[in-house]
Amino acid sequence: MSETAQQERFTVFNQRPGATVEAQSPLHHRYERDAATHGAGDAGVTLGEVRFLGHLSLRGNPDDEAFRSGCTRALGLELPTTPLTISRTEAISIQWISPDEWLVLVPGGNEHTAELDLRRHLDGHYSVVNVSGGQTLITLRGPHARDVLMKSAPYDLHPRNFPVDKGVLTVFAKASANIRRAGEDEWELIVRRTFADYIWGWLCDAATEYGLALQAP
Amino acid sequence: MLHIHCPHCGEHREEEEFHYKGEAHLQRPPDPDAASDETWGDYLFFRSNPRGLHHEMWYHTSCRKYFNVTRHTVSYEILEVYRIGEQPRVTADNGGSHP
Repeated sequence: MSETAQQERFTVFNQRPGATVEAQSPLHHRYERDAATHGAGDAGVTLGEVRFLGHLSLRGNPDDEAFRSGCTRALGLELPTTPLTISRTEAISIQWISPDEWLVLVPGGNEHTAELDLRRHLDGHYSVVNVSGGQTLITLRGPHARDVLMKSAPYDLHPRNFPVDKGVLTVFAKASANIRRAGEDEWELIVRRTFADYIWGWLCDAATEYGLALQAP
Repeated sequence: MLHIHCPHCGEHREEEEFHYKGEAHLQRPPDPDAASDETWGDYLFFRSNPRGLHHEMWYHTSCRKYFNVTRHTVSYEILEVYRIGEQPRVTADNGGSHP
Protein backbone atom coordinates (compact mmCIF):
# COMPACT_ATOMS: atom_id res chain seq x y z
CA MET A 1 0.00 0.00 0.00
CA SER A 2 1.44 3.35 -0.92
CA GLU A 3 1.88 6.15 1.63
CA THR A 4 -0.87 8.27 0.06
CA ALA A 5 -3.38 5.45 -0.11
CA GLN A 6 -2.90 4.55 3.51
CA GLN A 7 -5.87 5.61 5.56
CA GLU A 8 -4.86 7.70 8.57
CA ARG A 9 -6.97 7.70 11.71
CA PHE A 10 -6.65 11.47 11.94
CA THR A 11 -6.36 14.64 9.88
CA VAL A 12 -3.69 17.15 10.81
CA PHE A 13 -3.28 20.53 9.21
CA ASN A 14 0.27 21.57 8.36
CA GLN A 15 0.51 25.06 9.84
CA ARG A 16 3.75 25.95 8.08
CA PRO A 17 2.83 27.87 4.93
CA GLY A 18 5.93 26.93 2.91
CA ALA A 19 8.65 28.94 1.21
CA THR A 20 6.31 31.20 -0.75
CA VAL A 21 5.16 33.01 2.38
CA GLU A 22 7.70 34.90 4.47
CA ALA A 23 7.48 33.84 8.10
CA GLN A 24 8.00 36.41 10.83
CA SER A 25 8.95 35.59 14.39
CA PRO A 26 7.30 37.46 17.27
CA LEU A 27 10.60 39.38 17.63
CA HIS A 28 10.93 40.09 13.93
CA HIS A 29 10.98 43.84 14.49
CA ARG A 30 13.41 43.88 17.41
CA TYR A 31 16.81 42.68 16.26
CA GLU A 32 17.78 45.40 13.75
CA ARG A 33 16.50 48.13 15.99
CA ASP A 34 18.26 46.90 19.15
CA ALA A 35 21.47 45.89 17.39
CA ALA A 36 22.09 49.58 16.64
CA THR A 37 22.06 50.35 20.37
CA HIS A 38 23.79 47.27 21.75
CA GLY A 39 26.99 46.32 20.00
CA ALA A 40 28.38 42.84 19.85
CA GLY A 41 31.69 42.32 21.64
CA ASP A 42 32.85 41.73 25.19
CA ALA A 43 29.52 41.18 26.80
CA GLY A 44 28.33 39.96 30.16
CA VAL A 45 25.16 38.77 28.51
CA THR A 46 24.44 37.68 24.96
CA LEU A 47 20.82 37.67 24.00
CA GLY A 48 19.38 35.82 21.02
CA GLU A 49 16.26 34.30 19.62
CA VAL A 50 15.92 30.81 18.18
CA ARG A 51 13.25 31.41 15.59
CA PHE A 52 10.65 29.05 14.15
CA LEU A 53 11.33 26.01 16.30
CA GLY A 54 8.62 23.38 16.39
CA HIS A 55 6.82 23.41 19.75
CA LEU A 56 4.45 20.56 20.56
CA SER A 57 2.35 20.30 23.67
CA LEU A 58 1.97 16.62 24.51
CA ARG A 59 -0.43 15.25 27.10
CA GLY A 60 -1.20 11.76 28.31
CA ASN A 61 -1.07 9.42 31.26
CA PRO A 62 2.52 8.65 32.32
CA ASP A 63 1.34 5.48 34.11
CA ASP A 64 0.15 4.10 30.77
CA GLU A 65 2.96 1.94 29.47
CA ALA A 66 1.61 2.05 25.89
CA PHE A 67 1.57 5.85 25.94
CA ARG A 68 5.14 6.13 27.19
CA SER A 69 6.56 3.54 24.82
CA GLY A 70 4.64 5.07 21.91
CA CYS A 71 6.22 8.44 22.64
CA THR A 72 9.66 6.88 22.91
CA ARG A 73 9.26 5.19 19.52
CA ALA A 74 7.92 8.35 17.88
CA LEU A 75 10.46 10.78 19.33
CA GLY A 76 13.47 8.54 19.92
CA LEU A 77 13.71 9.85 23.47
CA GLU A 78 11.97 8.84 26.68
CA LEU A 79 9.51 11.18 28.36
CA PRO A 80 11.03 12.61 31.54
CA THR A 81 8.83 11.66 34.50
CA THR A 82 10.89 13.46 37.16
CA PRO A 83 9.27 16.84 37.82
CA LEU A 84 10.92 19.93 36.30
CA THR A 85 13.47 18.06 34.19
CA ILE A 86 14.36 18.20 30.51
CA SER A 87 15.60 15.32 28.33
CA ARG A 88 17.61 16.30 25.29
CA THR A 89 19.26 14.92 22.20
CA GLU A 90 21.13 17.00 19.62
CA ALA A 91 17.91 17.73 17.78
CA ILE A 92 15.02 17.63 20.21
CA SER A 93 14.16 18.25 23.82
CA ILE A 94 11.28 17.10 25.99
CA GLN A 95 10.42 19.08 29.09
CA TRP A 96 8.26 17.95 32.02
CA ILE A 97 5.54 20.57 32.44
CA SER A 98 3.14 18.78 34.75
CA PRO A 99 2.53 15.12 35.71
CA ASP A 100 0.61 14.60 32.46
CA GLU A 101 2.04 17.28 30.16
CA TRP A 102 5.29 17.72 28.26
CA LEU A 103 6.70 20.34 25.92
CA VAL A 104 8.50 18.87 22.93
CA LEU A 105 10.84 21.09 20.91
CA VAL A 106 11.84 19.86 17.47
CA PRO A 107 13.87 21.56 14.72
CA GLY A 108 11.87 24.14 12.78
CA GLY A 109 9.94 22.55 9.92
CA ASN A 110 9.79 19.14 11.61
CA GLU A 111 6.82 19.86 13.83
CA HIS A 112 4.24 18.54 11.38
CA THR A 113 6.03 15.23 10.84
CA ALA A 114 6.75 14.94 14.57
CA GLU A 115 3.06 15.38 15.30
CA LEU A 116 2.11 12.80 12.67
CA ASP A 117 4.68 10.37 14.10
CA LEU A 118 3.27 10.80 17.60
CA ARG A 119 -0.30 10.27 16.41
CA ARG A 120 0.69 7.15 14.49
CA HIS A 121 2.31 5.66 17.58
CA LEU A 122 -0.31 6.70 20.14
CA ASP A 123 -3.81 5.49 20.78
CA GLY A 124 -6.54 6.15 23.31
CA HIS A 125 -6.57 9.13 25.62
CA TYR A 126 -3.81 11.57 24.67
CA SER A 127 -3.36 14.98 23.10
CA VAL A 128 -0.80 16.55 20.79
CA VAL A 129 -1.10 20.22 19.94
CA ASN A 130 1.22 22.16 17.67
CA VAL A 131 1.81 25.41 19.57
CA SER A 132 4.79 26.56 17.47
CA GLY A 133 3.10 29.78 16.41
CA GLY A 134 2.18 30.66 19.98
CA GLN A 135 5.58 30.97 21.57
CA THR A 136 9.23 31.59 20.88
CA LEU A 137 12.57 30.76 22.46
CA ILE A 138 14.98 33.42 23.74
CA THR A 139 18.53 32.46 24.69
CA LEU A 140 20.77 34.13 27.28
CA ARG A 141 24.45 33.31 27.47
CA GLY A 142 27.35 34.70 29.42
CA PRO A 143 28.71 35.13 32.95
CA HIS A 144 25.94 37.55 33.93
CA ALA A 145 23.01 35.74 32.33
CA ARG A 146 21.87 34.46 35.71
CA ASP A 147 22.09 37.95 37.24
CA VAL A 148 19.69 39.26 34.61
CA LEU A 149 17.23 36.46 35.35
CA MET A 150 17.58 36.97 39.11
CA LYS A 151 16.44 40.56 38.70
CA SER A 152 13.41 39.43 36.76
CA ALA A 153 11.94 36.43 38.56
CA PRO A 154 11.34 35.52 42.21
CA TYR A 155 12.31 31.90 41.58
CA ASP A 156 15.56 30.60 43.15
CA LEU A 157 18.04 30.35 40.27
CA HIS A 158 21.08 29.37 42.33
CA PRO A 159 22.90 26.36 40.81
CA ARG A 160 22.15 24.35 43.95
CA ASN A 161 18.45 24.69 43.18
CA PHE A 162 18.68 24.99 39.41
CA PRO A 163 20.94 22.37 37.83
CA VAL A 164 21.48 22.12 34.08
CA ASP A 165 18.46 20.67 32.28
CA LYS A 166 15.98 21.85 34.84
CA GLY A 167 13.04 23.88 33.55
CA VAL A 168 10.31 25.76 35.40
CA LEU A 169 7.28 27.75 34.36
CA THR A 170 7.13 30.78 36.59
CA VAL A 171 6.36 34.44 36.79
CA PHE A 172 8.85 36.60 34.95
CA ALA A 173 8.89 40.40 35.06
CA LYS A 174 5.18 41.24 34.85
CA ALA A 175 4.49 38.30 32.56
CA SER A 176 5.22 34.58 32.72
CA ALA A 177 7.94 32.48 31.13
CA ASN A 178 9.33 29.00 30.95
CA ILE A 179 12.91 29.27 32.29
CA ARG A 180 15.27 26.46 31.26
CA ARG A 181 18.93 25.99 32.04
CA ALA A 182 20.69 24.65 28.96
CA GLY A 183 24.29 24.79 30.20
CA GLU A 184 26.61 26.23 32.82
CA ASP A 185 26.08 29.83 31.62
CA GLU A 186 23.33 29.17 29.11
CA TRP A 187 19.68 29.76 29.72
CA GLU A 188 16.56 29.52 27.58
CA LEU A 189 13.33 31.39 28.00
CA ILE A 190 10.22 30.17 26.26
CA VAL A 191 7.69 32.97 26.17
CA ARG A 192 4.29 33.48 24.65
CA ARG A 193 4.43 35.43 21.44
CA THR A 194 2.28 38.22 22.83
CA PHE A 195 4.74 38.66 25.72
CA ALA A 196 7.84 38.31 23.55
CA ASP A 197 8.25 41.98 22.71
CA TYR A 198 7.77 43.05 26.33
CA ILE A 199 10.15 40.41 27.73
CA TRP A 200 12.79 41.11 25.09
CA GLY A 201 12.62 44.81 25.93
CA TRP A 202 12.83 43.99 29.64
CA LEU A 203 15.87 41.78 29.08
CA CYS A 204 17.69 44.39 26.99
CA ASP A 205 17.07 46.94 29.72
CA ALA A 206 18.04 44.59 32.56
CA ALA A 207 21.21 43.38 30.80
CA THR A 208 22.60 46.78 29.81
CA GLU A 209 24.52 47.23 33.07
CA TYR A 210 26.47 43.99 32.46
CA GLY A 211 27.26 44.75 28.81
CA LEU A 212 24.79 43.37 26.33
CA ALA A 213 25.46 41.81 22.96
CA LEU A 214 22.84 40.57 20.54
CA GLN A 215 23.24 37.42 18.57
CA ALA A 216 21.95 37.65 15.04
CA PRO A 217 18.99 35.32 14.56
CA MET B 1 3.41 36.44 50.87
CA LEU B 2 2.69 32.73 51.27
CA HIS B 3 5.24 30.13 50.33
CA ILE B 4 3.25 27.17 49.05
CA HIS B 5 4.42 23.64 48.38
CA CYS B 6 3.02 22.27 45.13
CA PRO B 7 2.55 18.49 45.45
CA HIS B 8 2.81 18.07 41.67
CA CYS B 9 6.02 20.06 41.11
CA GLY B 10 7.42 18.85 44.43
CA GLU B 11 8.77 22.20 45.60
CA HIS B 12 7.84 25.47 47.25
CA ARG B 13 6.82 28.40 45.08
CA GLU B 14 5.79 31.99 45.66
CA GLU B 15 2.12 32.77 46.17
CA GLU B 16 2.18 34.80 42.92
CA GLU B 17 2.16 31.54 40.96
CA PHE B 18 -1.04 30.31 42.58
CA HIS B 19 -4.71 31.14 42.57
CA TYR B 20 -6.99 30.57 45.50
CA LYS B 21 -9.97 28.47 44.43
CA GLY B 22 -12.25 28.40 47.44
CA GLU B 23 -13.35 25.84 49.97
CA ALA B 24 -12.40 22.21 49.37
CA HIS B 25 -14.49 19.05 49.80
CA LEU B 26 -17.77 20.60 48.68
CA GLN B 27 -19.97 17.85 47.43
CA ARG B 28 -22.41 18.51 44.63
CA PRO B 29 -25.85 17.11 45.46
CA PRO B 30 -25.85 13.78 43.60
CA ASP B 31 -29.29 14.36 42.08
CA PRO B 32 -29.75 18.12 41.47
CA ASP B 33 -33.35 17.74 40.30
CA ALA B 34 -34.30 16.08 43.57
CA ALA B 35 -32.38 18.52 45.77
CA SER B 36 -34.42 21.01 47.77
CA ASP B 37 -33.86 24.71 47.13
CA GLU B 38 -32.14 24.95 50.49
CA THR B 39 -29.70 22.13 49.75
CA TRP B 40 -28.93 23.49 46.32
CA GLY B 41 -28.61 27.06 47.63
CA ASP B 42 -26.21 25.89 50.35
CA TYR B 43 -24.13 24.06 47.77
CA LEU B 44 -23.97 27.03 45.42
CA PHE B 45 -23.64 30.00 47.74
CA PHE B 46 -22.88 29.16 51.36
CA ARG B 47 -19.34 28.61 52.61
CA SER B 48 -18.13 27.79 56.08
CA ASN B 49 -15.70 30.72 56.60
CA PRO B 50 -14.18 29.36 59.83
CA ARG B 51 -11.88 31.13 62.25
CA GLY B 52 -9.20 28.48 62.48
CA LEU B 53 -8.43 25.55 60.23
CA HIS B 54 -9.69 25.81 56.69
CA HIS B 55 -9.45 23.20 53.95
CA GLU B 56 -9.21 24.99 50.64
CA MET B 57 -8.30 24.47 47.01
CA TRP B 58 -5.41 26.16 45.25
CA TYR B 59 -4.44 26.17 41.60
CA HIS B 60 -0.84 26.26 40.42
CA THR B 61 -0.50 28.21 37.18
CA SER B 62 2.86 26.60 36.49
CA CYS B 63 1.75 22.96 36.26
CA ARG B 64 -1.94 23.91 35.79
CA LYS B 65 -3.14 21.57 38.50
CA TYR B 66 -5.39 21.85 41.53
CA PHE B 67 -4.54 20.64 45.04
CA ASN B 68 -5.81 21.07 48.59
CA VAL B 69 -4.29 23.07 51.42
CA THR B 70 -5.10 23.12 55.13
CA ARG B 71 -4.47 26.65 56.32
CA HIS B 72 -5.07 28.45 59.59
CA THR B 73 -7.12 31.53 58.83
CA VAL B 74 -5.73 33.50 61.79
CA SER B 75 -2.02 32.75 61.57
CA TYR B 76 -2.11 31.93 57.82
CA GLU B 77 0.13 28.97 58.57
CA ILE B 78 -0.17 26.17 56.05
CA LEU B 79 -0.36 22.91 58.00
CA GLU B 80 -0.48 20.47 55.12
CA VAL B 81 -0.83 20.16 51.38
CA TYR B 82 -2.56 17.18 49.81
CA ARG B 83 -3.85 16.13 46.43
CA ILE B 84 -7.39 16.32 45.13
CA GLY B 85 -9.22 13.15 46.13
CA GLU B 86 -7.27 12.73 49.36
CA GLN B 87 -8.56 13.52 52.83
CA PRO B 88 -6.81 15.96 55.20
CA ARG B 89 -4.74 14.53 58.04
CA VAL B 90 -4.86 17.73 60.07
CA THR B 91 -8.42 18.65 61.04
CA ALA B 92 -10.04 20.71 63.81
CA ASP B 93 -11.21 17.43 65.36
CA ASN B 94 -7.80 15.86 65.79
CA GLY B 95 -6.22 18.71 67.70
CA GLY B 96 -5.01 20.80 64.80
CA SER B 97 -6.46 24.01 66.22
CA HIS B 98 -4.21 26.99 66.73
CA PRO B 99 -0.61 26.07 66.04
